Amino acid sequence: MAKQPSQQPQDESRRKFLKYSGTAIGGVVVGGVIGGIIGSNMKGGQKEPAAPPSETNTPAVPADRDYNQALMFFSQDQFLTTEAATERIFPQDDLGPGAKELGVAFFIDHQMAGGYGFNSRDYMSPPFYKAEASQGYQLTFKRRELLALGLDALNEYSNEKYKKTYAKMTPEEQDSVLTAFEKDEVNLKGVPASTFFTMLQNLTMEGVYSDPLYGGNKNMEGWRMRNYPGNQMSYTDQIDKEEFIKMEPLSLHDHLQLG
Amino acid sequence: MANTLPKVPIVIVGMGWVGGIIAAELTKAGHNVVGLERGKSRSTQDYYHVHDELRYASRYELMQDLSKETVTFRNTEKVRALPMRSYGSFLLGDGLGGAGVHWNGQYYRFLPYDFEIHSKTIERYGKNKIPKEMSIRDWGITYDELESYFVKYEQMSGISGPSELPDNIGKMSIPYATPPMKMSPGMKLFTDASSKLGYHPYIIPSANLSQDYTNPDGIERASCQYCGYCERFGCEYGAKADPVVTVLPVAQKSGKFELRTHANVTGILHDGKKATGVKYVNTLTGQESVQPADIVILAGYVFTNVRLLLLSKLGKPYDPTTDTGAVGRNYAYQVNGASSVAVYEDREFNLAMGAGALGSSLDDFNGDNFDHSDLKFIHGANIRFTQTGLRPIQYQPVLAGTPKWGKDFKQATIHNANRILAVSGQGASMPNRYHYLDLDPEYKDSLGLPLIRMTFDFLDQDRELVKFIAQKTKEIADQMGATKTEIHDTIRQYNIVPYQSTHNTGGTIMGSDPNTSVVNNYLQMWDAENVFICGASNFCHNSGYNPTATVGALAYRAAEGIEKYMKKGGSLV
Repeated sequence: MAKQPSQQPQDESRRKFLKYSGTAIGGVVVGGVIGGIIGSNMKGGQKEPAAPPSETNTPAVPADRDYNQALMFFSQDQFLTTEAATERIFPQDDLGPGAKELGVAFFIDHQMAGGYGFNSRDYMSPPFYKAEASQGYQLTFKRRELLALGLDALNEYSNEKYKKTYAKMTPEEQDSVLTAFEKDEVNLKGVPASTFFTMLQNLTMEGVYSDPLYGGNKNMEGWRMRNYPGNQMSYTDQIDKEEFIKMEPLSLHDHLQLG
Repeated sequence: MANTLPKVPIVIVGMGWVGGIIAAELTKAGHNVVGLERGKSRSTQDYYHVHDELRYASRYELMQDLSKETVTFRNTEKVRALPMRSYGSFLLGDGLGGAGVHWNGQYYRFLPYDFEIHSKTIERYGKNKIPKEMSIRDWGITYDELESYFVKYEQMSGISGPSELPDNIGKMSIPYATPPMKMSPGMKLFTDASSKLGYHPYIIPSANLSQDYTNPDGIERASCQYCGYCERFGCEYGAKADPVVTVLPVAQKSGKFELRTHANVTGILHDGKKATGVKYVNTLTGQESVQPADIVILAGYVFTNVRLLLLSKLGKPYDPTTDTGAVGRNYAYQVNGASSVAVYEDREFNLAMGAGALGSSLDDFNGDNFDHSDLKFIHGANIRFTQTGLRPIQYQPVLAGTPKWGKDFKQATIHNANRILAVSGQGASMPNRYHYLDLDPEYKDSLGLPLIRMTFDFLDQDRELVKFIAQKTKEIADQMGATKTEIHDTIRQYNIVPYQSTHNTGGTIMGSDPNTSVVNNYLQMWDAENVFICGASNFCHNSGYNPTATVGALAYRAAEGIEKYMKKGGSLV
């Protein structure tokens, strides 16, 4: 089996370029020479479709606009609450981006819209009884239901305690609310607070570190931060090496070879 | 209306390792075989996008759909069993190749001691060493009798392992098929440290090929790429031995094998003395079929084999109250939880790289390789360092005292990601009179049939074993030149939530007593001579090892038994 070269075109440089060009060019339509350069940095030389010419007065489209990014499940408020809460679970710091910048809330939104949100591969038949802790999840809520209820409860509790919605509070206040949920100190309309919190925590880590195709781990920055090389085809030549080897990560997109 | 099909000589239920091996052996010998698999077909091409931790590891792409069928669980008979609603402690395979596709490929022959555990324990320590409710027994077969079948599995799958092995494990008549895997820096540290302590480490025998290999059936496979996506994943290279790339092509090439996928067997048909066939439901169309057969082979996972016997009212169900009957007896598991981590502030390791069976291990504290006179447990654990490839969603390394989320959590997990080597024990699991499988009285599968119910817990034997083995892992970790080490030496109640091991065993155990075992040592059912049941469900206890080597050997043994039975009929023992 042929081995893939481990160094693919540097995605990092492309990202920086797009970011830079977006800032520098502002509202100018991207096409022509610059569009060509962006295109040539794409895998397999595919061209990114040029933005439509601004015949009307609608604002021009920034080059880094991501049409794959929109909501499938959350309301905009639920999205903002999720973004704020996950950012506290995995915050931005000196090491790199937090959940917000990595697109974790989009990841969670997309997961809840699909089979996972509906517990489609879980045994959800009744009867439901009170369980011993060792018997695992035995509640009737589907994940998407539990998440929506939990987000409501986050806001309700925040309002009671700080007279603000969750997303509007200071980071310290946000942490204290999350801690109350984690420790099951919140009792709102039968929402199992710690179960909700654990689910949110797991979803956050999945959004930070899953392949970017799922909407999080934006531009593989989650992986890069911890020197995770993503999916490489082979480490045969490195596995017995003493030194730590840093490599540019690869995503599943890099392995897409259709036709 | 069930559709009755023309009679066939042999029908196999389940197309994992056992079904695949038996299908290959019998078709090579010229017999016609029908293989029933409830899941879909598979090939290596399905895995071109397999390096996807979320899809395969977190969302269990290759596993059984629990919405259709699961198991129920309780720690003791005093508690109501409840369904395992989502995955945790163990993962159930599904589809062609079964759990043989998503294993790691760690290959260990069980110890000679394992097969004669009851008599050898009494011989050395006396009867009182065995607690009253611990139902260990001799397996009705010895290591020496199984040796040639281990060899068959090793040559077929191309096991990569050292040419010289320590004296404290079973002798091999023929060396492993290929040389051992490469050695990572972590393996070297473990090996040097444990050698210095006077122990006997060796590179873990591996079903991930160390080099390209052509097996005796002419099947060619490529070598392992150490890509770090093995357990829970299929291998796009075909380097990890699985039934789809080894035995099933041989059966298919024979022209004597008919594979039917999406065929979910719901019962064994019988007249009280012999089986007459099986019935199954096509999972896509719902069509029920009856497949008459001369010989029925149960080759499912532990839970499937036991459940089908109970659903079919074949064999005598085990009753823990009276300690009579056989089907469901001696359920056992794996006792993990003893470990120590070595933390290196001064260096990082390439821990994203790895292979399912990459590692080094030792058996100085496994089986009866050490004196248990003053210990409150029997058996032990294989102690190992493995490098299977650490992936970031499931591996969030924090030391004691670190918060579970927030800034400190983030910094710790990122800092530690490539700085921790874990030395751990894979502990043996002894059976107990009150650990068993039966049908759940309340919960049903999607067809309305009762789910299997598991009653199981960790006992003092397990807690003592973990405490002891953990000290040994600490002793080794302390010699590995780390900045600091941390020990984990406590297990509590068995909990079905955290992943532990897909090494479930027992329920259709083998033995020499027809009253308390389900099959004889050819895996032929005592109560129905034309039914063969094979898999880890035959284990009378679980050793301190991964089970597949012994499952593979038993499958070759069963294939030989089936051939004998076809020639002369009757009981083989």
